[in-house]
Amino acid sequence: MAEYWYIAEGFENRVQEYLADNGDSEVDMMFTVPEKDFNTAGKGSSEVKNLLKRLGVDSEVLRRIAVASYEAEINVAAHSHGGVMHSAVYDDHIHIRFEDEGPGIADIEQAMIPGFSTADELARELGFGAGLGLPNIKKNSDAMHIVSEKGSSTLVEFIIFFS
Amino acid sequence: MTLRELVALLEGEVLFPEADLDREVPCAFASDMISDILMCTKEPTLLLTGLTNNQVIRLSDMIDLTGIVFVRGKRPLQDVIEMAAERGLPIITTKFTLYRCSGILFNAGLRSCKI
Repeated sequence: MAEYWYIAEGFENRVQEYLADNGDSEVDMMFTVPEKDFNTAGKGSSEVKNLLKRLGVDSEVLRRIAVASYEAEINVAAHSHGGVMHSAVYDDHIHIRFEDEGPGIADIEQAMIPGFSTADELARELGFGAGLGLPNIKKNSDAMHIVSEKGSSTLVEFIIFFS
Repeated sequence: MTLRELVALLEGEVLFPEADLDREVPCAFASDMISDILMCTKEPTLLLTGLTNNQVIRLSDMIDLTGIVFVRGKRPLQDVIEMAAERGLPIITTKFTLYRCSGILFNAGLRSCKI
């Protein structure tokens, strides 16, 4: 499987510490993301944002989390045979994982290039397909990780610290 | 600028009557592509767009829109209007094009949102 890692400058130690011993999360939320269901896609991200808002997370950080999550959720709906979104909230950060049922990303580096898109006509009619999904997740995350290959499932996960 | 002033400048129609038109609009962004709109994470913004599907309203859950102006005479379906009303999100339709709306509002002092 091909793998892609991004860790924002200055966050290397915090990310490594968390990955070495991630402890127990305070709240876990799980949502299913059905294939091509653009009516419900985004609901999981809305609910995660509402929860974090109640927990008092700063509004700009909230928007970054919501945008990264929404882009990933739409990606699962638009490009995969469906998948699940799993959010784990810790006291100083959130870790959101999206795992789908394929068909996988043929070339992750290419998919990371702003403007590159394989979105179909239906997704484009709705305003998706700008080719900014994965770049927008990276831009808003403190760490991002992708594992995929053609013909296989895809894992996209990211970590964002609250301060 | 308030939404009420903006509606007058764009000769717009407010799509549900309970919308709060005294709301201040500090800045705006215009696009027909969802990922472009999601670049607006720095501050609450007004959105000008030709997209009328329910995902445009869902965007307001993510990036805090102060209102949406549907351009080129576009009008969302009733269920989309209801989604906006549930969120207290003012929505307006105007016959003007995206370019014309942007020019009018920019000349009236409405700045571009930070991205």
